[in-house]
Amino acid sequence: MSRLLALLRRETALAWGGGGGPLVAVGFYAGVVTMLPLAIGPDLERLAGIAPAAAFVALALASLLSLERMFERDYEDGALDLLTLSPTPLEAVAAIKSIAQWIAAGAPLAIAAPIAAIALGASPQHAGLTFVTAALGGLAFAFVGGTGAALALGARRGALLTAVIVLPLFAPPVIFGAGALQAAANGLAWTSGLLLLAGYTLAAAALGPVAMAAACRNALS
Amino acid sequence: MPPALAFLANPDRFMAFSRWAAPMFGILAVVLACAGLWLGFTAPEDYQQGDTVRIMFIHVPAAYMATFVYVCLAGASFLSLVFRHALADAAAKAAAPLGAVFTALALITGSLWGAPMWGTWWVWDARLTSVLVLFLFYLAYIALRGAIDDEARSARAGAILALVGAINLPVVKFSVDWWNSLHQGASVFRADGPTMSAVYLWPLGLMALAYTAAFGSLWLVRIRAEVWKKRAGAAALAAAVF
Repeated sequence: MSRLLALLRRETALAWGGGGGPLVAVGFYAGVVTMLPLAIGPDLERLAGIAPAAAFVALALASLLSLERMFERDYEDGALDLLTLSPTPLEAVAAIKSIAQWIAAGAPLAIAAPIAAIALGASPQHAGLTFVTAALGGLAFAFVGGTGAALALGARRGALLTAVIVLPLFAPPVIFGAGALQAAANGLAWTSGLLLLAGYTLAAAALGPVAMAAACRNALS
Repeated sequence: MPPALAFLANPDRFMAFSRWAAPMFGILAVVLACAGLWLGFTAPEDYQQGDTVRIMFIHVPAAYMATFVYVCLAGASFLSLVFRHALADAAAKAAAPLGAVFTALALITGSLWGAPMWGTWWVWDARLTSVLVLFLFYLAYIALRGAIDDEARSARAGAILALVGAINLPVVKFSVDWWNSLHQGASVFRADGPTMSAVYLWPLGLMALAYTAAFGSLWLVRIRAEVWKKRAGAAALAAAVF
């Protein structure tokens, strides 16, 4: 257990610091959200209609940013070889890495998401739901995205390849998360969307580490 | 491994089998497609859709192939991952571009059908979107295979990705139930029997079989090409060494 905690501390410190932490992710997120009114027009009523959806799309894009650093750095400096040799199974290492990724990028983005949605004209009474869906969705993005990042290890143009692999897989959490927010904004039942999102996130957390570990072993072979 | 697959796992036996099977499947596909198209074009017009209902005979089998090829790709990937068999990997690699083409065909013909029937080329309903996602996923698989130079590593990475993507297939299948929208629900495979009249069901079934046979033929040809490519590479290496 202490080994896992030490690993979590190391991964979080690496993901948080070194110029790729929450500031970059939130800055990118704010940039994308700012582009929307500039492209669509400042009419707040029109923006309010797409506010939850826009907040979620920007979240998915911002989650892509730091994926490349999840495994690539450890792969290049040999730390991944050492982690493979440690008694901790590689699956647990992959899960810890995904959680650290979420702490450094997903959680700050989840805090920024309701602010962005309100700025785009969404009702403040759904801020709590926006935070919960963004946090859950961000966790799914971290586990699914980590799978893509591990698969792209050792490939040419790894970052771009990761985005191409991962974006189609981001579709279900985006559908469920934005669907729940959209339903809440229209005064409809939103629990089913939230539950489906939670289910998807749990499935990603259960299956993602297995795929990540297999991909890492393959890249190191 | 099932006995039939174990028999074909030997590359020499596979080459001997596919040499005859590939053209046979091709001929079968042509015959079935001719029969299916003949029945399709002589079928009476639909009372609502008129002549455009005939697009169905091209569109629906393509959409079915989009998922069927993915099942083949995932199955071959599974065998390649578990048994580390080069032929299984060649099968997975060969299936992906075919699947992408069938998926693109389904999207294009669906769009051509949507223009007169729904009055729009494209609607963002769940099933169309999930087929588009499937298409993007085929592209991602092909891109990953192309980006890793090492043959064995590329094979395993591709196999893992294909199995990860297999989670997407149920989403494609059940998205119709999750979302209610413009796209009509399932009308062929239902518990209470098909709701389509036999006049349309026959050409549709024949075309589905024709598409499947065409895929079988093209798949075998492409796997053979992969095997020849490997043999040519090995021969070139041997010629360079000795």
